[in-house]
Amino acid sequence: MDLTLWTYEGPPHVGAMRIAASMEGVHFVLHAPQGDTYADLLFTMIERRDRRPPVTYTTFQARDLSGDTAELVKRHVREAVDRFQPDALLVGESCTAELIQDQPGALAAGMGLELPVVSLELPAYSKKENWGAAETLYQLVRGLLQHLRPGSTDHDPCAWRRQERRPRVNLIGPSLLGFRCRDDVLEIRRLLEAHGIEVNAVVPLAARVTDVERLPLADANVCLVPEVAEPCCTWLERHFGQPFTRTVPIGIGATTDFLKELHSLLGLEAPDPREAQRQSRLPWYAASVDSTYLTGKRVFIFGDGSHALAAARIAQQELGFTVVGLGTYSREMARPVRAAARELGLEALITDDYLSVEAAMADAAPELVLGTQMERHSAKRLGIPCAVISTPMHVQDVPARYAPQMGWEGANVIFDSWVHPLMMGLEEHLIGMFRHDFEFVDDQPSHLGHLGSADTAKPSGSDFDAAGSEPDPAANLNVELQWTRDGEAELKKIPFFVRGKVKRNTECFARQQGKYQIDSETLYDAKAHFNT
Amino acid sequence: MLTNLLKESGPREVFCGLTSIVWLHRRMPDAFFLVVGSRTCAHLIQSAAGVMIFAEPRFGTAILSERDLAGLADAQEELDRVARDLLQRRPEIRTLFLVGSCPSEVIKLDLARAAERLNASLSGRVRVVNYSGSGIETTFTQGEDGALAALVPTLPARDEPQLLLVGTLAHAVEDRLITLFQRMGIATVRSFPPRLSTDCPPVGRGTRMLLCQPYLSDTSRELQARGAELIRAPYPLGAEGSRLWMEAAARAWGIDEPIIRATLDPLSARARQALEPHRQRLQGKRIFLLPDSQLELPLARFLHRECGMALVEVGTPYLHRDLMEEELKLLPADTRVVEGQHVEQQLDRVRQAHPDLVVCGMGLANPLEAEGIATKWSIELVFSPIHGIDQAGDLAELFSRPLVRHGALAFA
Ligand code: SF4
Ligand code: SF4
Repeated sequence: MDLTLWTYEGPPHVGAMRIAASMEGVHFVLHAPQGDTYADLLFTMIERRDRRPPVTYTTFQARDLSGDTAELVKRHVREAVDRFQPDALLVGESCTAELIQDQPGALAAGMGLELPVVSLELPAYSKKENWGAAETLYQLVRGLLQHLRPGSTDHDPCAWRRQERRPRVNLIGPSLLGFRCRDDVLEIRRLLEAHGIEVNAVVPLAARVTDVERLPLADANVCLVPEVAEPCCTWLERHFGQPFTRTVPIGIGATTDFLKELHSLLGLEAPDPREAQRQSRLPWYAASVDSTYLTGKRVFIFGDGSHALAAARIAQQELGFTVVGLGTYSREMARPVRAAARELGLEALITDDYLSVEAAMADAAPELVLGTQMERHSAKRLGIPCAVISTPMHVQDVPARYAPQMGWEGANVIFDSWVHPLMMGLEEHLIGMFRHDFEFVDDQPSHLGHLGSADTAKPSGSDFDAAGSEPDPAANLNVELQWTRDGEAELKKIPFFVRGKVKRNTECFARQQGKYQIDSETLYDAKAHFNT
Repeated sequence: MLTNLLKESGPREVFCGLTSIVWLHRRMPDAFFLVVGSRTCAHLIQSAAGVMIFAEPRFGTAILSERDLAGLADAQEELDRVARDLLQRRPEIRTLFLVGSCPSEVIKLDLARAAERLNASLSGRVRVVNYSGSGIETTFTQGEDGALAALVPTLPARDEPQLLLVGTLAHAVEDRLITLFQRMGIATVRSFPPRLSTDCPPVGRGTRMLLCQPYLSDTSRELQARGAELIRAPYPLGAEGSRLWMEAAARAWGIDEPIIRATLDPLSARARQALEPHRQRLQGKRIFLLPDSQLELPLARFLHRECGMALVEVGTPYLHRDLMEEELKLLPADTRVVEGQHVEQQLDRVRQAHPDLVVCGMGLANPLEAEGIATKWSIELVFSPIHGIDQAGDLAELFSRPLVRHGALAFA
């Protein structure tokens, strides 16, 4: 039994939902109690999706447990197939259903349905969300493709040359609720196109069953999101001989390495190593004099495996930071993260307890935190600037603008989003120069409103003057207005951020009414009066 | 009485009772809610709460692992350990709620025994109570009912006359209501749950209670078993419902009609004024309430009678006839009230009727918006101060705003 106040990953069936919801024409029947339907909001609110995830929950109740829950499962499977007419069906169970052992997958398989049915085993008491996503993708791909006998066991990734066509690859792993996946796919497509490489299929994001069926046609696979794609890529390699890339193209160095790796897999001539300088601003911005101030800035990094590894490399090699903490909640990626940390002279933090991450962060006393939404909260408490680099995410991590993390544009985005929470070099420099001027008496809060020091901007109107302090009648222009005790008490109950406005409105109203005393009734009268 | 009462069963789309922790932990900052459950449970409260109001949580989950599922004696020990660690880390906690979940119920983990044992060993420093918020037993707001019902046995016994307001209210609303009751002459007015878990009101034969929320059936039964008397009334949503609710208490206290009128008339008049602009926007608009918070019936009554809205369908997760009796009387006789849910069929009806506004859970809102139907999150209604005559305008505003917004947006 582990105490958790906040978790980085959901249960494995949420991972399965991510695969189903990412695809078109795949439906997921989930044996689960009604409360588990909360998972829909991850997609419709955090991702702002315009449709519900394609999931039918059986929503069994306690009274069903004494009866025939197996029949309940079958009824929901039948209804879902009739209603949604999917091209493939996933069947699985959440933690509670696992305990009652109905084996919904086997039940569905025995129903003689005329579509591919993939039964998922999602051990909720030992595994988590990313594992569930990876397992689901792997099971689905295997389920749809294993009957295909590989044409020849000696897959040739250079066959494109012989066949006089462009080389083509699959992009595997991007899914909903993955960090910036939507934009990363676009960026990688562009990158590959620029190198004359075709994208054969993207799975699972926006893929149909027919896209999965086309996977074997590619010369090689790009394992874009290892947390989700690795088992699938490994199986495709074993079954069809398709090789796959190991480098995740986040950052300048990694993108360069990725291109090199893929070119060599496909038997292409190595790309121009100076491409990065031409295609991305990061190298020059990092070299520009304004960035001198970044030298040795101490950063603390925590996130999923791929993003944490990428962040460490970028921080150290491309921005000249000093990495003072590195960790991940992805136990599956513990080994490479440990190795990367060792190289930085650190011990990796492998944990899913955010409090111990917060403690390590406080201990390391960094100047910048690169983490998840949770580290953002912790950093805020500690008064440290922070940029979010990894899931789990918040609606603000699904921006309207184009903001990939991968490829050349991704590097630009990373430069901006990591550097902006810090004071800019010129700014820091000027403040240093003018330190003794009267405007700079306090330690400068800059644009980091959350740094905790007093806001130097004087509130212009009376809007905020009442925040927390006693209303001061003498400060009013019209001294004759008087707040009674009861009125004051009522006013204090109003949240501070609207209190100023309410106060002003009420006084204005009282004047109009020719009242000199403001009691709670006046306040309510005014409220009604202004309530439009 | 209503003729159009239907029952539906099928896949549901509602939160489980764990969700009420999200507002209960804010009401009683000296309490901690420890869910004994799975990663799903932890993820649920985090997602339901985290996206809306992230705060240093006074709730957490003791996540069951394979080891715990193997042997139950072990699980009891583990629970002790987790509870102790927690209390050590959070010494300010005075009440610890052990909250049961589906997994803990299915494996029959005895939380009552755990609570008893912890109570004995903590010897009064912290009070430990248990209840279930599981999704196989409870929906959404029922969790509050469970939590309060679990507190009832800890209330001191006293027979002095008092009015007890039962159900979580926003502080400002609570103060206001108490002031108004006292103005009418009800000297002792207390609230349950209290603002501090350690500040529990007494209960006894002099207690007469008003339910502030309609989903408190277990709590009200427990309180009645302790001698309290339930004052029947509609619920304090909207000017009319709130007035009837206050009047019911005043009458139970034998307060003279002129005093009641003198106190409430000006409030009603003011509320009418506050409501007017919203009524103009809402009048004649068609609303569909999906089952979620259990506030659907009182809201429908308010929206119909005070805002002039047409009720397409009023869903409710379950219908507690006894507690809803006064509300049902006020609804038009042909209102379609649907108990339970088959979410797909219900959404088919929504699409077919194409109402102007749908009240629904968070998972359904954006998909409906994408279909061009304005929505209102039902969870907002349990978070916002909406009770009482003075809040009627604010309550109406919650419904008129989505419509105003739909009218305001224009893309060429
Ligand atoms: S429905 Fe049950 S298992 Fe799911 S979150 Fe609620 S209590 Fe936990
Ligand atoms: S705060 Fe977050 S969850 Fe709440 S409405 Fe805004 S985006 Fe949605």
